[in-house]
Amino acid sequence: MELSAGDTAWVLSASAMVLLMTPGLAFFYGGMTRAKSTLNMMMMSFISIGIVSVLWVIYGYSFAFGDSGSKWIGAFDWSHLGEVVNDLTSNGAPYPIPVLAFAVFQLMFAVITPALISGSIADRTKFVTWSVFIAIWVTIVYFPVAHWVFDFGGKDATGAGWLAARGVLDFAGGTAVHINAGAAGLALAIVLGKRVGWRKDPMRPHNLPLVLIGAGLLWFGWFGFNAGSALGANGTAALAFMNTQVATAGAVAGWLIVERIRDGHATSLGAASGAVAGLVAITPACAFVAPWAAVVIGFIAGAVCATAVALKYKFGYDDSLDVVGVHLVGGIIGCLSIGFFGTKAVNAFGADGLLYGGGFTLLGKQAIGAFSVLAYSFVVTLILGFILDKTLGFRIDRDAEIEGIDLTEHAETAYDFEGRSGGSISGALSGVRTTEGAPA
Amino acid sequence: MKLVTAIVKPFKLEDVKVALEARGIHGMTVSEASGFGRQRGHTEVYRGAEYTVDLVPKVRIEVLIDDEDAEAVVDAIVAAAQSGRIGDGKVWVIPVDSVTRVRTGEKGSAAL
Repeated sequence: MELSAGDTAWVLSASAMVLLMTPGLAFFYGGMTRAKSTLNMMMMSFISIGIVSVLWVIYGYSFAFGDSGSKWIGAFDWSHLGEVVNDLTSNGAPYPIPVLAFAVFQLMFAVITPALISGSIADRTKFVTWSVFIAIWVTIVYFPVAHWVFDFGGKDATGAGWLAARGVLDFAGGTAVHINAGAAGLALAIVLGKRVGWRKDPMRPHNLPLVLIGAGLLWFGWFGFNAGSALGANGTAALAFMNTQVATAGAVAGWLIVERIRDGHATSLGAASGAVAGLVAITPACAFVAPWAAVVIGFIAGAVCATAVALKYKFGYDDSLDVVGVHLVGGIIGCLSIGFFGTKAVNAFGADGLLYGGGFTLLGKQAIGAFSVLAYSFVVTLILGFILDKTLGFRIDRDAEIEGIDLTEHAETAYDFEGRSGGSISGALSGVRTTEGAPA
Repeated sequence: MKLVTAIVKPFKLEDVKVALEARGIHGMTVSEASGFGRQRGHTEVYRGAEYTVDLVPKVRIEVLIDDEDAEAVVDAIVAAAQSGRIGDGKVWVIPVDSVTRVRTGEKGSAAL
């Protein structure tokens, strides 16, 4: 097989788009916290880019996609990336793109998944412990789960992940990314406990324009996430692209209609949240359903997630920025939706769901995929979180949390609120000190 | 001398400033304030969660004046800041022992 310049160009571009989703997520989450926690929230996403990229090139790619013959995990080996510059990739079938293009594309998925978790533990997480958590979590949760779902085997198609081999359909990561992150988010919200003043103090989003910028960047990057998962510039990519757009639009409508009826107002936070809920739900389904079905899936996801974000008040866990209500619930809706709306008419590698005469077979497979990832991620994250809490401590102390985590963990504040003149009273009193000592 | 303090709705600041300037008052101190009176606060809804916002933004205007101007100044502020709706604010007057202009050291009425 010859290398395809078009396919390679698209996968490389899509990789850059998926990378942009993580800073986009930082904006989306950062605007939703209180002003005193903005930078920490954004840093929890940014640090994931740093840590996961390094681990990926050392061993992460191999753990997830290495040829081991095992259906549970890839090879316990170094990644050997860079020794294979001109080799083409194969993932169950050969693709005319370099292995490195596939590896860098999959890296971006590994980067954003732990970042998604951070929304459930806003305002109160020790930064060092979070960093250690990311490194261990991707190693024992993300890399294996990515193997289960995304690895269709080597050149001879052996060693495919157990969910992929069973015929569970997840085009771009509804299970490995969203259900995985959502279940982990729930576990960490339980380990860390509620924020000081939860349900008593107002914890309003401090900057909704930032949330909308973040949602816009996520929406843009998600075309790379979903359409890029075709691993080629072809009709499947175009289908995924179109479905991503219309499902998201449907979800914005679904969320806003619920809000308007329930609360009396359609809010900007609702529009941003609805968009993300729709993007999450269409992720696994985007190349297996027709565009009309994508609109329906999006609409259902928007409406259901708008309701699901209230679960935390019912059950009493402080999932601060609704990782469970949006990513876990949206991911489950998306995965199961393929069991209803999936059709071979749009993709020969797909399967027919309930509405296309496929019976309950596909729905059953989808349910196995969704709930096995949910259970594995929740249990392992709960244990890991508990161990880290008992050893390093996962939560900052109460005084630091009240003062603001930006200042206590990072020695910075997001905004200079001092004075209309630009010069500040506190600045005049505190002066400047550099590493060379006070300036003359 | 008297200190007149007025707490008014932020968007009434310009009207009050114009009214005071028309009365020959050429100095004031303005600061942002927040609080509540009989109108209490309002509610905001984020992802279905209702927050009661008790403290409403207001503007605090402080003016130093001669004793005999006090009543007229209070009336001018009230006339300018009144919308007739709940939450219009309050104006009060307290006596001042002494006033000194920092630049010249002038004291009393000359410093106003």
